[in-house]
Amino acid sequence: MERIPILRMGEFLLVTIQVDMHDRLATVLQDDLANRISATRARGVLIDISALDMVDSFIARMFGDIAQMARVMDAETALVGMQPSVAITLAEMGVSLTGVRTALNVEKGMALLRAKMEEERADDHAPAE
Amino acid sequence: MITPRRSETLPVREASDILLVRQFVRECATELGFSVFDQTKLVTAASELGRNTLIHGGGGTMRLETFVENDRRGLRLTFEDKGPGIPDIEQAMSDGFTTKGGLGLGLGGSKRLVDEFEVVSRVGEGTRVTATRWT
Repeated sequence: MERIPILRMGEFLLVTIQVDMHDRLATVLQDDLANRISATRARGVLIDISALDMVDSFIARMFGDIAQMARVMDAETALVGMQPSVAITLAEMGVSLTGVRTALNVEKGMALLRAKMEEERADDHAPAE
Repeated sequence: MITPRRSETLPVREASDILLVRQFVRECATELGFSVFDQTKLVTAASELGRNTLIHGGGGTMRLETFVENDRRGLRLTFEDKGPGIPDIEQAMSDGFTTKGGLGLGLGGSKRLVDEFEVVSRVGEGTRVTATRWT
């Protein structure tokens, strides 16, 4: 069966979506990511959608579900590289992608997740009052 | 005067048909001279409506027609199924209304992506959704 590859980069997982998403593929990706986050103890998930020329409400909901699931497993998710026409279409439809962090590209997404993790570490080491 | 240019019907019977529908709409919208933004809106609306036909209507068809009217061009999508029909169209069109655990933006969201939108449905007979966008 067709699958979307998940690459490990240090403490991050990188998913680059390069095929037109059909509903079944979206569901499989969600399951695969849950397994990989658990197996690798990844702290962040980057989903690169720069090759996607369409994101409908079903696919948008899947991204929201992935972010939600990753958060429960102590990992942050960033959706990166959304094409301008996709962003406008989602906004016009009223899809808000609540709870999903976004960045312009993989580099910026990684910086965003790193900053978030540093912030958490600083909180952990803050002296007790 | 409106001149019809093209009329083709595609099946919407299984999940993979939605991919073909998207590709075909993208192709025709490009050919007609729609901007990338408008192409994406049409393809997204087709994907939403196609999924409705499949999931709620139990499968059906999509007819794609193109028109030329003076200096503008139009693309019309008609999704038809012989499913259970929609008892309350107004409710089905409202944001957040969902019976199958989606975002509830399929119908209302698609309407916002096109210029003309019509839903005709009879309980027990089926549903027809027509969406048109002009260049």
